[in-house]
Amino acid sequence: MSTLRPYRALLGRDLRLAWRRRADVLMPLAFAVLVVLLFAIAIGGVEERLAPMAAPIIWVTVLLSGFLSLDGMFRGDVDDGALDQLLAGSSSLVGLMYAKALAHWLLYGVGLTLAAPILALLLNLPVELLPVMLTSLALGTLGATQVGLIAAALTARLRRSGILLALIVMPLFLPLLIFGSGSVEAVRFGDSPRGALLLLAAQSVFLLTLAPPAAALALRIGDE
Amino acid sequence: MHPVWRWFHQMGSPPYFYAFSTRWMPWFGGLALILGAIGIYKGLFIAPADYLQGESFRIIYIHVPSAWMSLFIYLLMAINGAIALIWRIKLSEILLLSCAPIGAMFTAVTLLTGMLWGKPTWGTYWVWDARLTSELVLLFLYFGVMALAAAYEDQRQGARAAAVLALVGVVNIPIIHFSVHWWNTLHQGETVRVFGETSMHGSMLWPLLIMALATKFYFAFALLLRARSMLLEQERGKQWAIEIAQGGR
Repeated sequence: MSTLRPYRALLGRDLRLAWRRRADVLMPLAFAVLVVLLFAIAIGGVEERLAPMAAPIIWVTVLLSGFLSLDGMFRGDVDDGALDQLLAGSSSLVGLMYAKALAHWLLYGVGLTLAAPILALLLNLPVELLPVMLTSLALGTLGATQVGLIAAALTARLRRSGILLALIVMPLFLPLLIFGSGSVEAVRFGDSPRGALLLLAAQSVFLLTLAPPAAALALRIGDE
Repeated sequence: MHPVWRWFHQMGSPPYFYAFSTRWMPWFGGLALILGAIGIYKGLFIAPADYLQGESFRIIYIHVPSAWMSLFIYLLMAINGAIALIWRIKLSEILLLSCAPIGAMFTAVTLLTGMLWGKPTWGTYWVWDARLTSELVLLFLYFGVMALAAAYEDQRQGARAAAVLALVGVVNIPIIHFSVHWWNTLHQGETVRVFGETSMHGSMLWPLLIMALATKFYFAFALLLRARSMLLEQERGKQWAIEIAQGGR
């Protein structure tokens, strides 16, 4: 068990830090509600027009809000030197990346998934679509976190990374969005969401194997 | 050592690569010009008009070779990225950085010609067709690589970061392509497919293949041109670079 200690320590530290700055963690959730508010206003607030668009809007909103949290993924670690300690330490950097990604997913992926019913309520999403909406979001944010991990690691030591992060992350979000939003749309049209959800899960698993090693490599490059 | 391996090792040396590019660039550029002229002439004047699309189909002589190149160059860029990361060969970093703008240019040409072709054929400039959509995503993948490389102050660090992104991109391109295809069939069914099922007649096919060769040679020319000037800039302190800058070849 002791071999897992550094990774559990990093996970615990990230979660503890987030708990001490609760307001920062809630910021993406507030952002998501604001974006949904803007959409509802722009569309006119009529249920018949909102309901068919609810699932795509929620999916895009969740991806955008999650994207906002990426800049902070390594920012603190770079500023206070913790990142240099992680790089210099003897524990596997890939393992540490898994801990990092897990912490980020628990905070923002799960957080935004739990906030999704509020967004669904605001957009008049039909109630029978809610289970598949939440399932797809939980699966999809797991993959999105991995994409974010790579992008955050690549830009960790850059001073300005905002728009660059968007440029890196958005194209890679596309397949997740297609199957995530597609699974909800399938149910709306009376089909089974099984295929789309399985493909979404497959993608998240694939990204889960690809991203932590890529992120570790990216951090080592920034360190040279 | 096997001659092919020896050649690769020699190419890793900047002065050798510079001399190689000086020797071959005129050939690549010349062949691109000649083949391009033949291909354009055969495509625009000799090949018969399409019975379905009339004259507007002729844009494929630019569109299709560019589309092939846009993917080929991304692949080559990623291969160079892998070489740069594994063997730390400086030349591969430079080739990767030189590939990106050329690939982005071919992607942009593909999109533009696709849109121009779409207007008479589909009645609108933009249709969310699976291939056009994935080509648009590809353009942003190129932009991402270029922007990331430019964001680093240290050029070599930027190139290596871009290499990681290019590799991540290359494994994701098939996923993006198939997911867009899935999305496309889900939402609006197959768009008109003129090519693909029916085989092209020889008189239409030959100019296309000639154009495909011409774009390859153009790419080789542009790549060497970009790479050698970048190499010269990076090696400006070295003796061989100074000698070239002072007028020797």
